[in-house]
Amino acid sequence: MALFSKQNKEVFTNPLNLDHPILGQVLGICSALAVTAQLKPAIVMGLAVTVITAFANVIISIIRNTIPNRIRIVVQLVVVAALVTIVSQILKAFAYDVSVQLSVYVGLIITNCILMGRLEAFAMQNKPWPSFLDGVGNGLGYAMILVIVGAVRELLGRGSLLGFQIIPDACYDFGYVNNGMMTMPAMALILVGCVIWVHRAYFYKEK
Amino acid sequence: MSKLNTNSNAYIIIYSTILVVIVAFLLAFVYQALKPMQDANVALDTKKQILYSLNIRNLDGAEAEAKYAEVVKIEKEIDGMKMYACEVDGQEVIVVALKGMGLWGGISGYLAVDKDDKVFGAYFNHESETAGLGAEIKDDVSWQEKFIGKKIFDENGNVVLSVVKKVEDPDTQVDCVTGATLTSNGVDAMIKECLKNTTKEKED
Repeated sequence: MALFSKQNKEVFTNPLNLDHPILGQVLGICSALAVTAQLKPAIVMGLAVTVITAFANVIISIIRNTIPNRIRIVVQLVVVAALVTIVSQILKAFAYDVSVQLSVYVGLIITNCILMGRLEAFAMQNKPWPSFLDGVGNGLGYAMILVIVGAVRELLGRGSLLGFQIIPDACYDFGYVNNGMMTMPAMALILVGCVIWVHRAYFYKEK
Repeated sequence: MSKLNTNSNAYIIIYSTILVVIVAFLLAFVYQALKPMQDANVALDTKKQILYSLNIRNLDGAEAEAKYAEVVKIEKEIDGMKMYACEVDGQEVIVVALKGMGLWGGISGYLAVDKDDKVFGAYFNHESETAGLGAEIKDDVSWQEKFIGKKIFDENGNVVLSVVKKVEDPDTQVDCVTGATLTSNGVDAMIKECLKNTTKEKED
């Protein structure tokens, strides 16, 4: 009926705030650490996960009443795997450089806990439209963290954003050095930790 | 509508069969539809890598294509080894394709050799080396540039160009990547293995 009723809005905004998949539920950390050394792959990865979560949610939601309960995880996996393969093929055809950079992590979206979590917890019980909103919301929540961490890591680790140099040459002449630590996956863990800290400090006070 | 028993064995088998057939057709269709574009991308990437080894970096798409056509004169395959005769700024250079094993998976590269048998330029690629360590053979351009000007063969035609931990002879040896000894050893072995037959070819 109402496409943007209060309930639907909450479905969409909750994962962006309180129920954030990475910050609140601490899901999908592994890929968040691996692909955030630079901003561009982080954005593409975030978009890929958003698209896949949204469509997997819709498909599962449409066929939710026909799925045999005993093999529901298998059915979910088949749907997700098919979508991921399609996205990976499209990336190879239209964004080859990025697909090389993302390498195995596109394929590993299949095992991304956010996806399986949303399918099992939301799409299996809800109608297609709220499921779509839920998928987009969770995907964007995930993408948001990737972009924040990716931007910080690229800026401090390489002095650039999206490949364009941000920190002027003059700074390097004065002895500024890029922080090599930032290009390592370990720093992503620490950055995600900091973001979670800020997020919790803010939202738990509000509550 | 009468309620279907979605938990009966027959239903489960039919359901999963239909689902898998639909998905298989879908994937086959996507694969076929996108294959030409993917092949073009891979071909362009190879050309770019060869240009990298000739120290021509920062070219994209059509520019790289045009530059490649301008620079590379002959492509030849000898005993499964690909070689490219090129001309850069009036200088004759031969690019040799390299293939070897790193620490976790395959590594590959292109080594450009000038007519005095010295390294003109080098580019290395890898499948799955550790980011920040072994992957530096691809990401660290300054490391690849260390190869430039090194002597490749000694008087007897043996390969002397090598990647070592402690450089004793700066004419032939390149310092290995810190923290990536095994990957560097792989690069070293790859160079020796792939170049040892090239001297004969040249004499032929």
